[in-house]
Amino acid sequence: MPSITKPLIPLAPLPTNDLGLTIRDYEGAMSTLCAGCGHDSITAAIVQAFWELSMPPRDIAKLSGIGCSSKTPTYFIRGAHGFNSAHGRMAAIATGAAAANRELTLLGVSGDGDSLSIGIGHLAHAIRRNVKMVYVIENNGVYGLTKGQLSASADIGTRPKKGEANVIAPIDPIMLGLSMGATFLARSFSGDKEQLVPILKAAVAHNGFALIDVISPCVTFNDHEGSTKSYRFVREHEVKEVVTDYVPVREEITATVGGRGSRTVTMHDGSVLTFRATPEGYDPTNRLSVEAYIRDHQRHGEVVTGLLYLDESGSSMHEVNHTPTHALAKIPVDQLCPGSAVLDDLMSDFR
Amino acid sequence: MTIDAAREVRVNDFAIKLANVNGTGSASANGLLMQAIFRMGIPVSGKNLFPSNIQGLPTWYEIRVNGDGHTARSLEYDLMVAMNAQTYGEDIGSVRSGGYVLYDDSWPLDAALLRPDVTLLGVPFAKMCLENFAKPRERILMKNIAYAGTIVALLGIDADLVAGLLAETFARNEALRESNQKALRLGYDYAVEHFDCPLPFRVAPMDKTSDHILIDGNTAAALGALYAGATVAGWYPITPATAVMDNFTKLCATYRRRTVEGEDGSISVENDYCIIQAEDEIAAIGIVLGGGWAGARSFTSTSGPGVSLMNELLGLAYYTEIPVVLFNVQRTGPSTGMPTRTQQADILLCAYASHGDTKHILLFPADPKETFEFAVESFDLAEHFQTPVFMLMDLDIGMNDWVVPRLRWDDTRTFDRGPVLTDEDLAGMKEFFRYANANADHVAARTLPGSDSKGAYFIRGSGHDAFGRYTERPDEYQEVVDRLKAKHAAAAAYVPAPVIQRRDGARVGLVTLGSCDLAVREATDLLAERGVAADYLRVRGFPFAPEIREFIESHDHCFVIEQNRDGQLRSLLALEAGVPLTSMTSALFYGGFPLSAGQVVDAVLENLEA
Ligand SMILES: Cc1ncc(C[n+]2csc(CCOP(=O)(O)OP(=O)(O)O)c2C)c(N)n1
Ligand code: SF4
Ligand SMILES: [Mg+2]
Repeated sequence: MPSITKPLIPLAPLPTNDLGLTIRDYEGAMSTLCAGCGHDSITAAIVQAFWELSMPPRDIAKLSGIGCSSKTPTYFIRGAHGFNSAHGRMAAIATGAAAANRELTLLGVSGDGDSLSIGIGHLAHAIRRNVKMVYVIENNGVYGLTKGQLSASADIGTRPKKGEANVIAPIDPIMLGLSMGATFLARSFSGDKEQLVPILKAAVAHNGFALIDVISPCVTFNDHEGSTKSYRFVREHEVKEVVTDYVPVREEITATVGGRGSRTVTMHDGSVLTFRATPEGYDPTNRLSVEAYIRDHQRHGEVVTGLLYLDESGSSMHEVNHTPTHALAKIPVDQLCPGSAVLDDLMSDFR
Repeated sequence: MTIDAAREVRVNDFAIKLANVNGTGSASANGLLMQAIFRMGIPVSGKNLFPSNIQGLPTWYEIRVNGDGHTARSLEYDLMVAMNAQTYGEDIGSVRSGGYVLYDDSWPLDAALLRPDVTLLGVPFAKMCLENFAKPRERILMKNIAYAGTIVALLGIDADLVAGLLAETFARNEALRESNQKALRLGYDYAVEHFDCPLPFRVAPMDKTSDHILIDGNTAAALGALYAGATVAGWYPITPATAVMDNFTKLCATYRRRTVEGEDGSISVENDYCIIQAEDEIAAIGIVLGGGWAGARSFTSTSGPGVSLMNELLGLAYYTEIPVVLFNVQRTGPSTGMPTRTQQADILLCAYASHGDTKHILLFPADPKETFEFAVESFDLAEHFQTPVFMLMDLDIGMNDWVVPRLRWDDTRTFDRGPVLTDEDLAGMKEFFRYANANADHVAARTLPGSDSKGAYFIRGSGHDAFGRYTERPDEYQEVVDRLKAKHAAAAAYVPAPVIQRRDGARVGLVTLGSCDLAVREATDLLAERGVAADYLRVRGFPFAPEIREFIESHDHCFVIEQNRDGQLRSLLALEAGVPLTSMTSALFYGGFPLSAGQVVDAVLENLEA
């Protein structure tokens, strides 16, 4: 699978963002995924979100595990450093990168196999540590790259292309996150860029671990009748009652629309999130009400999407650790070395 | 040795063994004795032979005193301090003929245990403590200091010096200081009153340790990481490596913590380090990869089971060329093995850790001093070669206190960060490709995340070409892995050179590594007394320096002495140094205890005679 460079011929002058960059500057190599794969739509949303955020590509570090989903970082933001790591280990590697350089905006991309089976331990602990990063699970209910085995997110009754229907209860990353003390939990659908882009932007602004579970149909292995991760199923069963607007710190807040339980949350960096038209009894900052709401809909075979839970009050890993605001990696080593006088002095402790 | 010879006066040349029950506080009393001898200027070693248990099982401590500096473990015990009734039989049985046994005669000793060739010294320690101390816990703890007092008298250790050490230790706790001093006196006075003190083997002050320190390897490793400027560490607790990170954490809290004043005048602390206790060793090494990729000096410390878990990501670091430092404080395998026993059985595991064609740089320190020096070196090597570097220590080095020359730091020392491109470098380049334009050591310059977009690249553990692009083409794939092989080979000129000691006319060569050092060097002296001149070579790094091959080829008989069952160093030498396996004879000691010279001599002589 060679990497294919995209032709860079703009058809009409493209709009630029605050940095003077066009959306093309946030793209990457040509995708080699199957035509129609949900993952490619998520790539497009990522491109859009970071372009809209006017984030310098060099400030972004994109990491992934292994899988079709984990290949995608090469398809977006070519000016960002990237790390296509090992199956299931991205969260741990991202934790180390965050430790070394907190100035980077870390964007992790993973699959449901990568995150909910082999890498579930690392995901859980990255949530627990509240490593500041955006973590996208491109959730298709199967192992795409190894040709369609059911994954741990497959719903009961889901029929793989070959073999028996699934009888084991699925792991829902949102429920996992709620129980692990996650501070930002969202679910979206790869086919819904309009919803996903603001969620991604809010996730970048979040001061901690932002988990986004994106249902992303695998057209080759899991888009048939009987699959709850198919385009058709999600379109028919999606519940989009939790609607969120993201207003970056620079802009005036105009988007606030009142309604049932409308609610505003100011993010760590000063940007503002408005939950509008949230259903009755639903409070995106209250873990219990979020859980009850999602479970209730799940019982009816419905998939709730939106920014579902948010806690901006938590401390990130670096805040807990009292690390300086600049990158540890940038401190010159000779400045970190205590030198001979200290060592000579220390030696008296070993007499 | 006959009883009479054993009872001749012998100064600064003896070994004692202390048998205790673990979890009763004996370790501090035993350490105190060793420290006192060290402070008297005499070369000494202490080996803690402890169980994998928190309380109630037998544990031993051995002290070897040797004015000539032969302080490897000795199995010839002149004095057995038998404080554990569970192991009386074994302990009394292991004293050399003509030796002494010190025991608690608060209770009578089973007549079956008596030996005509051994002198029993009974002291009613338990009774003594019962009468003199009120609290139950104190009675148990002070028994240890009481027997230490007796030993101070028996060996002629400077009692004032010991009292001074206790005063230092308990400087801030008067009550404890008082009871310790009292217990010391009780034991000491009893000995002086009842026995001929000192015994024929005894200490006398020397001036051989004034420029030395008493330190364990795990502390030295942590100091090395501190001095190398490591800032990111990921780890998971495991004996015997845990103390590396405990010490690093403590050192960082002292030397890497700054107080900063906020704009509002508030005071807070800032830590120039980030130590993460991970969820497992896979995460620990993952954190190190992430940190190393992002440009921080990053490391982990672990032992065999941890290295097994880290294998996949070590291969990722090797193939993507990320600097990683891994301290492996080896313990006895396989599997859980014997967690509190020493071994050198991870040599092959570490040399080739991970699937596919992988080869790593290994450093083999012999003691805490080399551990400190090599630790600093390991961070330079990892960044110079952009690859994992293993510090292969072992439990003996890591957890025992060693007398070694003071650690020194040269403030003019510079750090080798390896080729890293800055934004300015990138500005002057037409294009950047991660693995292109390798230097003479076959290392290509890298960029760090956060650098100019021109230097951005997608690092991947999947097949890549010399430009870092995905490939499945045979020639492109091979070009990269062939360079990695050449890069590894180039490290031979950078790892610490072997230590070689020659004797006139030697036709026998003893090749060893790591903590076998003292025992094997002593063995060459003992062999010379027996008419066998043997040269000595200690391997200190892998890939192997060419001198090692020359040494093996130039001796009629070469023994490779190591602490594992399968002769792993010998195998690695045959595979990688170009010497036939059959040109080397293995001498293997893998029961889990530190090596003694006598064992080496026996193995060599037995083989030469055969
Ligand atoms: C240690 C290890 N085991 C197994 C594999 C094989 N493998 C590659 S991708 C994959 C599953 C990917 O599934 P998912 O994360 O859901 O990604 P998708 O392809 O569905 O996007 C597996 C099992 C591997 N690369 N590494
Ligand atoms: S196999 Fe499925 S997940 Fe993989 S690229 Fe094709 S459609 Fe996407
Ligand atoms: Mg999947």
